[in-house]
Amino acid sequence: MVDQVERRFAEVAPRADFCSLRYVRERSEQIHVRQDVVQPAVGAESCGAMITVRDDGRLGYAATSDLTAAGLRRAVQQALDWAHRPTGRQVVDYAKVPQAPPPRGEYRTPVKRPWSSLSLAQKVDLLRAECRRLKTDDRVVDWMASLWHNKVETLLLTTDGGRVHQMIHWLLPGMQVSANEGPETQTRTLGGHGYARQGGLEILDDVGFYQAAPQLAAQALELLSAPNCPTGVQDVLLAADQMILQIHESIGHPLELDRILGDERNYAGTSFVTPDMFGTYRYGSELLNITFDPTRPEQLASYAFDDEGQPARREYIIQAGILLRPLGSATSQSRAGLPGVANARASSWNRPPIDRMANLNLEPGTSSRAEMVAAIDRGVYMETNNSWSIDDSRNKFQFGCEYGRLIEHGKLGPVVKNPNYRGISATFWRSLKMVGSRDTVGVCGTPWCGKGEPNQLVRVGHASPACVFSNVEVFGGAA
Amino acid sequence: MRDYFHHLADCLTAGLHGGEAYTAVLSSEDSDFVRFNHNEIRQAGHVTQHELAVDLICGRRHAGGSVSISGDAETDPARLATLVAELRDRYGTLPEDPYLLYSTAVHSTERRGENRLPDGKAAVAEIQQVGRGRDLVGIYAAGGVHRGFANSLGQRNWFSTYSFNFDWSFYHAADKAVKTAYAGFDWDSRAFARKVSWAGEQLDALRQPAQTIRPGRYRVYLSPVALHDLVNLLSSEAFGLKAHRTKRTPLLQMIEGGVRLHPALSLLENTRDGVAPNFQEAGFLRPDQVPLIAAGRYADCLVSPRSAQEYGVSTNGASAQETPESMEVAAGPLPADEALRRLDTGVYVSNLWYLNYSDRNACRTTGMTRFATFWVQHGQVQGPLNVMRFDETLYRALGENLVALTAERELILDPDTYYGRSVRSGRVPGALIEDFTFTL
Repeated sequence: MVDQVERRFAEVAPRADFCSLRYVRERSEQIHVRQDVVQPAVGAESCGAMITVRDDGRLGYAATSDLTAAGLRRAVQQALDWAHRPTGRQVVDYAKVPQAPPPRGEYRTPVKRPWSSLSLAQKVDLLRAECRRLKTDDRVVDWMASLWHNKVETLLLTTDGGRVHQMIHWLLPGMQVSANEGPETQTRTLGGHGYARQGGLEILDDVGFYQAAPQLAAQALELLSAPNCPTGVQDVLLAADQMILQIHESIGHPLELDRILGDERNYAGTSFVTPDMFGTYRYGSELLNITFDPTRPEQLASYAFDDEGQPARREYIIQAGILLRPLGSATSQSRAGLPGVANARASSWNRPPIDRMANLNLEPGTSSRAEMVAAIDRGVYMETNNSWSIDDSRNKFQFGCEYGRLIEHGKLGPVVKNPNYRGISATFWRSLKMVGSRDTVGVCGTPWCGKGEPNQLVRVGHASPACVFSNVEVFGGAA
Repeated sequence: MRDYFHHLADCLTAGLHGGEAYTAVLSSEDSDFVRFNHNEIRQAGHVTQHELAVDLICGRRHAGGSVSISGDAETDPARLATLVAELRDRYGTLPEDPYLLYSTAVHSTERRGENRLPDGKAAVAEIQQVGRGRDLVGIYAAGGVHRGFANSLGQRNWFSTYSFNFDWSFYHAADKAVKTAYAGFDWDSRAFARKVSWAGEQLDALRQPAQTIRPGRYRVYLSPVALHDLVNLLSSEAFGLKAHRTKRTPLLQMIEGGVRLHPALSLLENTRDGVAPNFQEAGFLRPDQVPLIAAGRYADCLVSPRSAQEYGVSTNGASAQETPESMEVAAGPLPADEALRRLDTGVYVSNLWYLNYSDRNACRTTGMTRFATFWVQHGQVQGPLNVMRFDETLYRALGENLVALTAERELILDPDTYYGRSVRSGRVPGALIEDFTFTL
């Protein structure tokens, strides 16, 4: 199909300042076993192309699932129509956006154990075995295990000779167990469904899929009789599968340059961060180091080029607590006069690229988990996100976790349910007191980061160690 | 598109092997999307997408898959034949599915919308005209949305609608803005002007000095849009039979503990008056209405065919997700134009934002105020309120603390465009609530 699309683009490309075709073919397969019953196995293939035309400084796009020559020709005409419509001004004058050299390159996810190395029947057997291990007690009322595999092929062609071909393989292993007693139901999941990574079936070993079931079931049952998380201002030790959410919501989104420029104000929101803060603003304590890194092969949002053809590089976004650069694509960089990163990304062929996170990571520190626990006199350990809410400026947040444990006098204590905490992004990261070493790092990722008008869900990766924050407002469930 | 879908269905039927059956669902749209920032066009384009999902069935074995289709009769049948061959391989590998259920009674239906949409160029020009001198940001989405169902028994269902949804905000400064939407099927410049005029008045109120309140309990008025946000949170798992039987519903205390919401509160899945199709992906038709909460008590569940089979009850045509698509909240006695006076002193909330559960078992929710939210004293708007976080159980807010619902309701057409343009809707009144807890 790629060859055909390439030939047809050469046939239909218009006379305009610039035109690109972005072809996406995504094949996914989901297998779920719930309560030992195989759920309807679903395979999906989404395939189409977006034509983008720039002419006289104006831009128009058209996306189509009709990849015949006639279909692409129609899309070219629609994109031209939108670029040429004599309606009011456009936000971006593309004639003033510096043009990068035509992108050329390839990227392919390194895969050790291909998805196809196990048959469908073998995968079903694998899931059945793990699912069965979740049902450990009569109080376990629902239990499931799942695999969701995706193979995403993209081809970006430009009329100035650019050609980027990328092949991404990613996998999201899932596990969920719910236990109930009277009016109380508690659920544990494998990493909050946040262990999506690029690669193949080796990911199952890497995330501890085969060891998870007994512990998740035991913890769900334990939570049924646990007291609520206490209320008060305390230290918190956040596990990696909660840190990813903290990074995502209160660093990633507020630093997206299109939000800062106002594009998202009607939907995803604005940002408490303003352009003058870059280079000087103390975002967090000196322990805070954040990188944008689409080059780590195991992470979910790795690529060699973004969806507009900018080459991907690792960049420090925050270093020693100081805010350095926003998450802004080449177009946003030009609009704002700020540096940025290669993050023009689209959810698929049917949506235009906008500024997104890719892999946004908190760099590890030097504290072992034991040292972090020992340093807390009174606090709460929280694991696995299950609730997230933050204001439209990405400042006032409240997050909740599936599982908590008290920390008293430097030792892990009893289990508590409904551990929640709240804070304000602008000051929260300054209370970062300890950053875990490499052995506390979790490599996580989610395919459900929502943003944009029209709406888009993209996959994002976050690697983070466990971290300690001081003087945080924590609380539990309703009395 | 309808005839083409039926042609593809015939191709599927012709390609079946002995003992096989299928269900097929078409999802299709042809949409303009024009995005605005500072009353200038940020991104403008068009999306044409067609997807066909097929479940190939043989006895109790089956396998599902979907493909993008082009609309080209030369290429699509071959693509479908490849899909069917893959599904045939897969169902042969999979065990029998004890919960498989699809409609075997043939009920063909058709609801064809008429395309009365304005020319996109004219609508955009009108939008930019009213935005002149204002900081307008938002999106205009318009076009045809089509859904089709077919099966090998000959059932054919068709739904098409041609709608627009201009979802926009006027910004005053920073995060102070008024958000509204103009959505429908016929673009009426006078109706649009009324919306703009209302938004302009709200914008003027936002120019007053911003107010800040301390965390605590306050009397609040939730606009219909804000109440819709609140009940919409319940949509995902509160009403499905599966969530009910697995004890994961956030309304568990209503089921297990006999907790009751305010007797004035009734929620209904009202397919008859909504804008969604009246059929679902396994071919079952939906009843006109399913009461979900009646006079404060948990009423019926939404039951997908799969849950029906699993739990031994009848399906009521719910989708596999068992979520409402045409949610309706019954009106109350409070005239909307008396809301401010009856609020007296408290918070007037136009929009809520980013809702989630802070304690699911207690149906305790958290979220933010957003857009035009005002501090009101003695029935008079004092100025916009800086954003506040709430954390409140709906058992209280929509139970003992619910003072009144408004007599007028608003039809809210969902502007959601993830994957494709939504056909969900809600018809909701405003709500006056006391002792609503703000925490940050």
